[in-house]
Amino acid sequence: MNCRVCKQRAAVEIRRHNAAFCPDHFVEHVQRQVARTIHDYEMFGPDDRLLLGVSGGKDSLALWDILTGLGYAVDGVYLHLGIGEYSSESLILTEQFAAERDLALRVVDLPVDYGFSIPQAAATQGRSACSVCGLSKRYLLNDAAAGYDALVMGHNLDDEAATLLGNVLKWNTEYLGRQAPVLPAVEGLARKVKPLIRVAERETAAYAVLRGIEYEVEECPMVAGNTINRLKERMSVLEANSPGVKQQFLFGFFERGAGHFEVGEKTELGSCRSCGSPTTGDVCAFCRVRDRATHPLEVRES
Amino acid sequence: MKVVLRHPRREVVVEGPSIVRDLLAHLDIVPESVLVIRGNELLTRSDKVEDDDTIELRPVISGGM
Repeated sequence: MNCRVCKQRAAVEIRRHNAAFCPDHFVEHVQRQVARTIHDYEMFGPDDRLLLGVSGGKDSLALWDILTGLGYAVDGVYLHLGIGEYSSESLILTEQFAAERDLALRVVDLPVDYGFSIPQAAATQGRSACSVCGLSKRYLLNDAAAGYDALVMGHNLDDEAATLLGNVLKWNTEYLGRQAPVLPAVEGLARKVKPLIRVAERETAAYAVLRGIEYEVEECPMVAGNTINRLKERMSVLEANSPGVKQQFLFGFFERGAGHFEVGEKTELGSCRSCGSPTTGDVCAFCRVRDRATHPLEVRES
Repeated sequence: MKVVLRHPRREVVVEGPSIVRDLLAHLDIVPESVLVIRGNELLTRSDKVEDDDTIELRPVISGGM
């Protein structure tokens, strides 16, 4: 199998594009896909202040590498979630990456700064660990993005396609109305952009390996049985039989489906009584999780 | 050849030589779900692997979300 561009031995095959690339031309291909996504969806410009949520995994580190390669100045924020060795290793890999490239990295430490870890929170809630983790990350990233023009997320094509499938299977029309490459800023909520949505999970992993990026290869120990991962596994079987089906599903939705699910009435957002952040209730979901995790007995008794 | 698998990390020995696509079929692994790594290089489905190679089959799903 040879590179589509230079005819040298290929390192990565992209069946949905009916193409294969050598290492150098694959890296160029991925960078071009991201540049095109930023341009097509008017995600940000060269002078915008950008904050990237970095986990130490392949997607966020590859995206940091791609964006700096394209000439954007991007700061990183790492959320230490207190998930044992997994969090410690991911932080070391993230710090190494930032130090080697002289990039600004801020670390938010959930146990130190907020008094609880994700495993502690998961043990005291009526929600799954992934649900508690997801809402905590959204809160902390939004908070960290104050003063930036955009919060950049490393969600790839597979992440978005699996999320879409999960929402279609349950007809979560409200979530379908909010799934988009760009989520505009609303009062108290940062503008969110996803420049990796044209790049498949296998390609961000290949990019990281070819660029010599050391990333966290293991899975989060709390993710076992995670719905999104199970959907991804099913979709990879569909993709193997019909290359391109994931991209057609996601981009077909953006182009022809999403408009049917647009959020109608704007939900009135108030301020959380505890932290002041936007919420539809009296106390925001993050503060409720924190209260239960840090004072489990008091909350149960009240 | 020695084949390194992940989640959790473990090793199996498979008789070679082989072609990557046959190796993956033998181990019942969907090609789209892994990177096939030999040393510093990535292999495609049509590449040949030798009996004395060490091959890592690295799942592309990692981390959380």
